[in-house]
Amino acid sequence: MFPARYAREMPHRYRLEAHKCKQCGKVFVPRREICDKCGATEFEVIRLSDRVKLVTYTIIHTPASQFKDQSPYALGICEFPEGVRLTAQVVDIDFADLKTGMDLQVEFRRIQTDGHEGILSYGYKFVPVI
Amino acid sequence: MRDVAVIGVGMPKWGELWDKSLRDVFVEAALLALADTKVDKLDNMLIGCMSGGLFVGQEHIGAIMADYLGQRHLAAGRVESACASGGLAFRCAIAEVASGMSDVVLAGGVEKMTDVSGDGATYALAAAADQEYEVFNGATFPGLYALMARAHMEKYGTTRDQLAHVAVKNHHNGTKNPNAQYPFEVTLDQVKNSVMIADPLRILDCSPITDGAAAVIVCPMEMAKDLTEKPLVKVTGLGQATDAIALHSRQDITTIEATTVAAKEAFAMAGKGPKDIDFAEVHDCFTIAEIVVTESLGFFEPGKGGPAVEAGETARGGRIPINLSGGLKSKGHPVGATGIAQIYEIVKQLRGDAGERQIENAKVGLAQNMGGSGASTLVHILEVA
Ligand SMILES: [Zn+2]
Repeated sequence: MFPARYAREMPHRYRLEAHKCKQCGKVFVPRREICDKCGATEFEVIRLSDRVKLVTYTIIHTPASQFKDQSPYALGICEFPEGVRLTAQVVDIDFADLKTGMDLQVEFRRIQTDGHEGILSYGYKFVPVI
Repeated sequence: MRDVAVIGVGMPKWGELWDKSLRDVFVEAALLALADTKVDKLDNMLIGCMSGGLFVGQEHIGAIMADYLGQRHLAAGRVESACASGGLAFRCAIAEVASGMSDVVLAGGVEKMTDVSGDGATYALAAAADQEYEVFNGATFPGLYALMARAHMEKYGTTRDQLAHVAVKNHHNGTKNPNAQYPFEVTLDQVKNSVMIADPLRILDCSPITDGAAAVIVCPMEMAKDLTEKPLVKVTGLGQATDAIALHSRQDITTIEATTVAAKEAFAMAGKGPKDIDFAEVHDCFTIAEIVVTESLGFFEPGKGGPAVEAGETARGGRIPINLSGGLKSKGHPVGATGIAQIYEIVKQLRGDAGERQIENAKVGLAQNMGGSGASTLVHILEVA
């Protein structure tokens, strides 16, 4: 993973920054240049809530090589109260306890290691509500 | 715009072709297509190839293939729309001919996927998803379709057995296809007990890693009779659409909206509806994909795709046979070639030249080819001229 490519996404991944359309209020992650709902081009930066609902999930048994040390793992799509949906791992939970519609929270976690020499990558994962 | 005919088709045997290179695989298919016609010189060539770069380190596909086809200086290029690259090559070739820019155009597709390891193939294929917001967080292609599968099962009651029926049907169809990579039967129990890949999808719910190519030749309808002795096939409907690349950004993950939009366009152009289609080749990269796509195309109501395959409505002899070729599931899925191989099967059926696979009264066929988790779709309708 090249540092510039990684660094560009840090505001979204580290701080859950989102961009809210100043005209219609639609919220986006990642940022975009034009709103797909109203066509406006001005946005304000907001921070997403860290409480989400699980929309759907799977258990990945055959991951990409950089995730092999974590396999099997749960991967889910969650919806934020602001309307944004994101895909991430669901961790610290028994697979049998996963249920669509359940409440989860978002935590800052290590996502992957880019080989022995590469940088550690961080971002968000979904975990049970404490 | 000029009416366009398909006058030649070619497809060699697919599989793990370790003794053949990317260029060998493509040229073999292209020569078969040319031999199916009286054409010796092309005006243009468009090649669907998802990732020559990641699979074999080769880009610049148009030039290399024109050269090795013995047509140096031919106008040729590669087009890309992930797993729908072949469908896009066909559309671009039709546009060349319909517009009058070219008369005789070859539309091909190729992928050489077994020169890399399984991990290498997973990496290359994942480039068709949202790299930063899906793949970065651990998503894989089976994983994305598994997310759709669970949502579809919970919303409509689609069952594990119904998913397996897609694999059983397509493998059965594939036994009649001499070009298929895996032309053997599988049973419901084999599918349901095969290795888990991404719950609920197992290895026999997934299309394989394949080396292969296919090619077709198109020309203006008024020239077609002079360029082939085969029964004429006319392209009557075209549709293309995209959607959010990330599955989580779509309105509804239990349907493929890009397919619905592209199909509407193709049906309108052909003056036809879903009920007028005699048979279809659809993009069954995973078993759930065929169920969802048959709904998105309008062949079945939302949620009825699973019961339909279970009841045999999409089998040979059913109301609308789907994937008579064996589909991606049995025939194989060399991603860039798949969209062209679908056209190959439709043309063979419409000509009455599909051998053991031939169905009766094949007059109108539809091909649906999609990329990624459904963010690109090409739909084509072909008819006996
Ligand atoms: Zn807006």
